[in-house]
This record gives sequence, structure tokens and C-alpha cells, in this order.
Amino acid sequence: MDPVILFFVLGVVAGLARADLRLPGAIYEFVSTVLLLAIGLKGGVELARDTGGMPLIEFAVLLALGLALPLPVFAVARHVGRLSREDAASLAAHYGSVSVGTFAVVIGYLATRGIPYEARAPVWVVLLEVPAILAGILLARGVSGAVAWGRLAHELFLGRSIVLLVGGLAIGWVSGPDGTASIQPFFFGLFKGILALFLLEMGLIAASHLPTLRRHGIFIIAFGIAMPLAAAVVGAMAGRLLGISPGGMTVLATLAASASYIAAPAAIRTAVPEANPALSLTASLAVTFPFNIIVGIPLYERLAAYLHG
Amino acid sequence: MDKFNRRLLTIVTEAVLERELVAEFDALGVRGYTITDARGRGGRGSRRSDWAQEGNIRVEIVCEPALADRVAALLRDRYYDHYAMILFMQDVDVLRPDKF
Repeated sequence: MDPVILFFVLGVVAGLARADLRLPGAIYEFVSTVLLLAIGLKGGVELARDTGGMPLIEFAVLLALGLALPLPVFAVARHVGRLSREDAASLAAHYGSVSVGTFAVVIGYLATRGIPYEARAPVWVVLLEVPAILAGILLARGVSGAVAWGRLAHELFLGRSIVLLVGGLAIGWVSGPDGTASIQPFFFGLFKGILALFLLEMGLIAASHLPTLRRHGIFIIAFGIAMPLAAAVVGAMAGRLLGISPGGMTVLATLAASASYIAAPAAIRTAVPEANPALSLTASLAVTFPFNIIVGIPLYERLAAYLHG
Repeated sequence: MDKFNRRLLTIVTEAVLERELVAEFDALGVRGYTITDARGRGGRGSRRSDWAQEGNIRVEIVCEPALADRVAALLRDRYYDHYAMILFMQDVDVLRPDKF
């Protein structure tokens, strides 16, 4: 197992044992900022190297994927889980959107194994993050519902992850491989170490959600595992349809399988206050995130290889 | 020394509401406030401050009693049902009444 995953396990164990371990909030912010910038920069540098660009069809398919993924989630949560409309919509927004942390792990996983993937992958994250959250809010509120769309759009499109990813992409693209040489030791060389710290904190946070898990029972656990598996198949097939590489298909499957725990909770909390925030966040953080990084990603890699033929 | 009576309104609530609350304060004519990160335990379980997603904030406003009442009433009507939020008021003395 990749040592960075063991840092996550350490965080979970330390959290459960109530060990005297707590990273200050500022450290978490710093670590996630570095990860986002590094991911963006890496994509930008690679994009500067090859000028393939991004086919328009890919753009459209990804937006459609982001808008469509919440629908089956909503239906399952509503009818199988018997959740309220607001809770089901919140779950739909979380699971339709993506987790940048999971993305960082799959990037690290592919890099370790020397599996190439499309340089524009960070753009996929940007395209997949927001549509599902909008769809989730529409599912809860209806088209005519009272939502402060202006403020919401500001919050979503100028959210930390998008600004840092797009900013990193732009800087990497403008500066190219040579221009970024001086900052590469920090952003690229230290990537796995920073990722390890990030996962340690994620483990602590996940552990703090495990007690809530007991309260919500079997549906959330089953959902948190079955949903990413199904979504990964959809993501990998979308990748196959678009003709991207097996590495890219793995990334896309992982993105589809991942659930948001930053952008979606914040947006849903203010736009759909009736939804129970602990329910979606617990499913996303305490079930789906660990499942994806420990079991899911290797599985999605095999799925991609199989579908690619 | 001359002292002037004002109200100190303290609100403890979810960090995610910060931007929205600031807009409400501005609309109501609040002239100043202090916001700090907070953590603790309450009716909605324990809330940590090391992760902004689930952190709390403590907002302090010193103002005229009537304005404090208006802010409190608005928060009660709009946020009490769905958010972790408490507020309380105290009488305080200030030295520069024109500031508050």
C-alpha cells in the first residue's frame, strides 16, 4: 500500500483513540492550498508542452455528467433511503460533485506507477465540481424556489478550489516547464509529502465523523460504497466514449466516484438549510473518501484497463 | 471618567454563515463587529475549529440597545430553525459613544 494511504490510516486510528493529535486549522488550509496549486501547475506545465487542447465534445460530456450524476443519487436516496427531499438533494449534490483530495490521491497513484494520463485532467475537476451542486439545489428547491443565485454563483465559481486550480493551471501554462523550474522542487518535489500531511488530517476528520455514522445506520454505509462503484463505471465509460487514455479513464472514474466534502457542504448549508449537514458529510467523509482511496482507485484502474481493452 | 451604556451582543454560530451574517449586519446598519474562530459543544454536538467546514465563529457587536434587539430578532427569525446558533446580550460601558 502507498505510504500516503497509511498516513490516512494513522489519522483515523489516532482520531478514534482520542490521541492528542490535532493539526491547527491554518495547517490544513495551507496544505490543501499547496495541493491545489501543485495540481493546477502540473496540468498547466503539461498543457504548455503539448498543444492538443481540449475537444469541445469532452467539455460538453463532462458538464452533462456533472448535471446527470445527481439524478440517480437523488432517486435512490429518496426511494431506497427514504430521506426527505432536502436530505436526498443534499446527498445528490455531494455525490455528483467531486473531491479534490481524492483527485490528488489518484494523481499520486498514477504517478507512482508511471501510468500516463491527460494533462488537462485538472480541467475535468473544475468542470465537474459545480454543475452537480446547482442540480442538487434545484432538486431541493425547484426552479422557482427562493435561492440567492447571485451570491451562490459567486461562492461556487470563486471558491477556493476553482480559483487555485485554474490559477495554477494558468501560471503553469504561461510559464511552461522551464519557467516553473525554480518552483518545481516545492510544488512537485514535495507533492507526496504534502499529500501525506493532508491525508493525516483527513483521517482525523473522518474519525470524528464515525460516531455520526452509527446514528445514520446501514443505508449510509451501503450507499457510500455502492454509489461510487456505480458512478465509477459511468465515469470510465464516459472516458471510453471520449477516447481518452486508460490513465485518464482511471482519473475520470475516480472523479465520478468521489463525493465533495468542501464545496458542496458549504453551498448546500446556506442554500438548503433544512438538509441535515451531518448526513451528507458523514457519508462523503467517513465512508466514500476512505473507500475510494483505499479500495476504489486500484479497482477503477483495473476497470479502465478492462474497458480500454 | 464619563461612561456610556451600550449593549454587547454575542452570537456563536456556524462559520459557514459568516459572509451571510456580515451582509445582514451591513443592511441593518451595524457599524462594527469582531469575529473570532470558536469551538465547543452544544445542542448540535461538538464543533471543531480546526476545520472551517464545521467550525464555529463568535461574533461580538457593541451597539445601541434598539439595534441589538433588531439584529437579535432577525437572526432568531431567519437562522434559529436550521442552524447551530446562540446569542446573548449584556450591558457594557464604553468611553466613546459616537463609535457605537
